[in-house]
Amino acid sequence: MVAKQSNLAIVHFAAQAIALLALPIAHAGAGDVISPAPTSERQRAIVHLVRQDCGACHGMTLQGGLGPPLTPEALAEKPTESLVATICQGRAGTPMPPFAPFLSEDEARWIVERLKQGFPSE
Amino acid sequence: MLGASVLALPTGDLGVVIERATGSVLLVAHSQPRIIKRLEGLGDLSHASVVFSRDQRYAYLFGRDGALTQIDLLTQQVKKRVAQATNSIGGAVSSDGKLVVAQNYAPGGIKAFDAETLALVADIPAQPGATGAPSKVVGLADLPGRRFAYALFDANALCLTDLSNLAQPKTECHLAGKQPYDGLVSNDGRFYLAGLFGEDGIAFYDDLYPERGVQKILAGYGRGEQPLPVYKMPHLRGWAVAGDFAFLPAIGRHEVLVVDTRTWQEVGRVPVKGQPVFAVARPDGREVWVNFAFPDNGWVQVIDRKTLAVTHTFSPGEAVLHLEFTPKGDQVWVSARDSNAVVVYDTSTKTEVARLPARAPSGIFFTYLAALFGR
Repeated sequence: MVAKQSNLAIVHFAAQAIALLALPIAHAGAGDVISPAPTSERQRAIVHLVRQDCGACHGMTLQGGLGPPLTPEALAEKPTESLVATICQGRAGTPMPPFAPFLSEDEARWIVERLKQGFPSE
Repeated sequence: MLGASVLALPTGDLGVVIERATGSVLLVAHSQPRIIKRLEGLGDLSHASVVFSRDQRYAYLFGRDGALTQIDLLTQQVKKRVAQATNSIGGAVSSDGKLVVAQNYAPGGIKAFDAETLALVADIPAQPGATGAPSKVVGLADLPGRRFAYALFDANALCLTDLSNLAQPKTECHLAGKQPYDGLVSNDGRFYLAGLFGEDGIAFYDDLYPERGVQKILAGYGRGEQPLPVYKMPHLRGWAVAGDFAFLPAIGRHEVLVVDTRTWQEVGRVPVKGQPVFAVARPDGREVWVNFAFPDNGWVQVIDRKTLAVTHTFSPGEAVLHLEFTPKGDQVWVSARDSNAVVVYDTSTKTEVARLPARAPSGIFFTYLAALFGR
């Protein structure tokens, strides 16, 4: 929670490095390995993937399309880990496909955290 | 309107290319492939599509943000813009050219506008789906006689709306199958097909025999195999009906299904590079060009109508989103989003003849589509 609140207070670009440092701590339970945040180059690729390819169904502005909106308001009540699972494994009975072939679980968590804050534009 | 300062271009040579990420469009000409002008400030165009007025003067642009923009191709300016919904996905023009109809995801339904003034003339909310909200509308297509066919993603229905009397629009809906994701009408405005995401099969309606209702074709085409994940829904609008054959996407399979349109039985399937998104028949019906969903979206393949085999494979650029033929198919324009280019091929030699710079281009639409059902 501490990490999340500090993230919210930060304007995204300049402070992204700080936010990324803070992120893994929020998830570090007993026995967890603190995984490194994606490199900045990888972050750009992931943001592009989310905006452009997830955007095929969820809208490039993430306001929703055939798939539901992915705005901070829409995701506020949804547990992070279930969203991470949805990204990685897809959701049966819906068109949501699994992205595990293209994203690690940590990258999916990085996406969810950012979606909840308001996703970077590029 | 044609002042001395306006360069008059024959609209039959023009088209619109969507620049999806920047809310802009390019007005283009195809006889000599070139960009005429960029129009900006058109909202969220991340899934935008265009239809044209019957006289090919106006382009109607439907934005993801629900805006409907009327672009005057003679003056190359926006004539009118209305916020008609909060999430729109496309539209169609009535066979008499008088109405332009929007299909909306939110609020789910269709809305009809006067094609000249964009005044709202009919509002038809969709039946609710499981969540209670009006269903998202997919696959809107015009039928003869001011009628429209469309499908309801959330309500598993195929609907027909008759707007011949605007004071009393008539809508009837039929159960069609699970999760229709898009639809198309055949070139003669007779057969309407809706692709189903939630089951193997295609909902089928024959407008010559409306009493037969909605049937299903290609039921069980997946043969019980586990479907592959679909990273982008196929788009049926513009899908290929070539001669006696229709080429249809297999959902969750890297195949194009081939159906005989006299019997609507499968006559073959063509293995391809990925999940097909668009398959478009060259206007002479001798070839079908196909592009693919992520992560295979760098490829374009050509299927030969006679042999039902892939004859050519191209990589025009990164993230190929759409392709559209010139009126008689001598050239095809291909948008490569991540290469920021529209690539033009000569379809007989299969060689690149032009590469136009465009910002994250997606849909390509030429004015001749005004004369076709469902386009």
